[in-house]
Amino acid sequence: MHFDKPTYTVRKSRKKDIPKGLYTKDPISGAILFAKEIEENQMVVPASGHHFPIGARERLARLLDEGSFIETDAQVRSADPLGFTDTTPYTTRLKKYERESGLPEAVICGVGRIHGIDVAIAVMDFRFCGGTLGSATGEKITRTIETALNRKIPCIIFSTSGGARMQEGILSLMQMAKTSAALGRLAEARLPYISVLTHPTTGGVSASYAMLGDVILAEPGALIGFAGPRVIKDTTKQILPPGFQTSEFLLKHGLLDQIVSRTEMRDRLRDILQAIYLKAKPVPSAKN
Amino acid sequence: MEMRSYVLEFEKPLRDLSKQLDTLRQQALETGANLSGEITTIEQQIHSTQHKIYTALTPWQRVQIARHPKRPYALDYVGLLCENFQELHGDRQYNDDRALIGGTAFFDGRAVMIIAHQKGRDTKEKIARNFGMPQPEGYRKALRLMKMAEKFGLPLLSFIDTPGAYPGIESEARHVSEAIAVNLREMAMLRTPSIAVIVGEGGSGGALGIGVTDRVLIFENSYYSVISPEGCAAILWKDGTAAPKAAEALKLNAATLEPLGVVDEVIAEPLGGAHYDPEQAATSLKSTLRKHLSDLCGLDLPHLLETRYQRYRKLGVYDEVGRVH
Repeated sequence: MHFDKPTYTVRKSRKKDIPKGLYTKDPISGAILFAKEIEENQMVVPASGHHFPIGARERLARLLDEGSFIETDAQVRSADPLGFTDTTPYTTRLKKYERESGLPEAVICGVGRIHGIDVAIAVMDFRFCGGTLGSATGEKITRTIETALNRKIPCIIFSTSGGARMQEGILSLMQMAKTSAALGRLAEARLPYISVLTHPTTGGVSASYAMLGDVILAEPGALIGFAGPRVIKDTTKQILPPGFQTSEFLLKHGLLDQIVSRTEMRDRLRDILQAIYLKAKPVPSAKN
Repeated sequence: MEMRSYVLEFEKPLRDLSKQLDTLRQQALETGANLSGEITTIEQQIHSTQHKIYTALTPWQRVQIARHPKRPYALDYVGLLCENFQELHGDRQYNDDRALIGGTAFFDGRAVMIIAHQKGRDTKEKIARNFGMPQPEGYRKALRLMKMAEKFGLPLLSFIDTPGAYPGIESEARHVSEAIAVNLREMAMLRTPSIAVIVGEGGSGGALGIGVTDRVLIFENSYYSVISPEGCAAILWKDGTAAPKAAEALKLNAATLEPLGVVDEVIAEPLGGAHYDPEQAATSLKSTLRKHLSDLCGLDLPHLLETRYQRYRKLGVYDEVGRVH
């Protein structure tokens, strides 16, 4: 295997990527930025195009038509089926994730509209247990797919995940089968599924619904892969080429349909759904 | 029962007793002394020690048995259970993965399609088979054979035994996650009966990638886990030597998987593990497989597909307004 001279850099999946305080530093240019300015631009640095992680609710607020989002299945929460304790009990960890992220689970789902097009949508959030896929996460994703199926509307899933959630053991692995089976039915019904990969998308999520989109999009500079860079290094003693497992690498190697900036995502999703779902471009009103 | 040459840490008391027995027998032979009393005592000790060790195995000890270098592998079972195995090679796109093999065979007089993880026995074969860790080509070959099974109406038999999919640069560059994901979806929709048997290691997504079947059977000492005990220990305990603790916490053994609905039946192994008596293990597997296969072949296709969907749909335990599902 040979790799061309890379033009991209490797990113590590760290929560501290999320800027805090009044000022923040752009990891690409090193420039000091106003945090507020970045927030207003959906956590994207205007000058360099660097994408900081964004929370699920903040993403939904900017992605969907204003006021169109109806959250569903918020009552579906993680349990502790194995009575799992490592250095800390899983139940204690869950409370901490809820408190720190302000979220009930690693995914928020519901229905909403993108430029007037109804969609079933699930958005993952890395801040809740590293966006890991547990039973409740898998159940919410599956219900989102079933909503799309029942209402005959497209399904959109934004992924960000460290993989299957270890504390729920084999049941987490089974969520990969459950969600993929539901996507099989969606495909059979010829309803579109657009998967959007955001930084980072790895492990069990990458090996299930994240890779099953009719169209697979990714944000720039995201780390995307099955095994994380550290696992590959430790297991194989291979030296990873610079830029390995980034969105740019994967576009070049044929996995992604497009890399799309967060600030253009809403319009791009409309453009794609117009073709594969509406199969017609709505006649623009006189105003636009 | 014969002690095998590869001795696990917890089997050492047995090895020591076996050595004592050998010494006594040798003495009796050389000196002509009557040591039958001593020999009988040691034999009884061996028997009771075997019973003591093997009927109280910890989760981590079972993981070690699942990884035992003498444990029967998929092709051993295919040889013992099937006739006229015709291996079908290659994914028709890139390569032939020797860690994930497949082909047609006859089981119980019925034509079937087999897909299987395969580990190597000696160093050369271990390397050739990449220690049972498939690359994307393996999963794509398996998909090709599943589709062939569907086309010709053959039931699918899947033998699972992998530490996991190969976490390497080439594997990533050719999108192993996509290859596994597609298999999950396609197996869930496959229009032919399917049974998976976890014969050794059920290592995470690499195992599941050929494991979305109507029935999932597991040998008593096999394991099936979201992550290796070592990997889990390194991440959650920040200590690779905490693997025995992680093995226990993950509930990855056959007996603990069954109540979760992940496996449908546990197949008993000879005392000490399948490697003590592969023929006996194969006989147990044969009768269990025969039963499940005839069950499934009696179902009409829509019912089969709906039952399979619901089997996976209901997996998971979560809380919903105080109600636990």
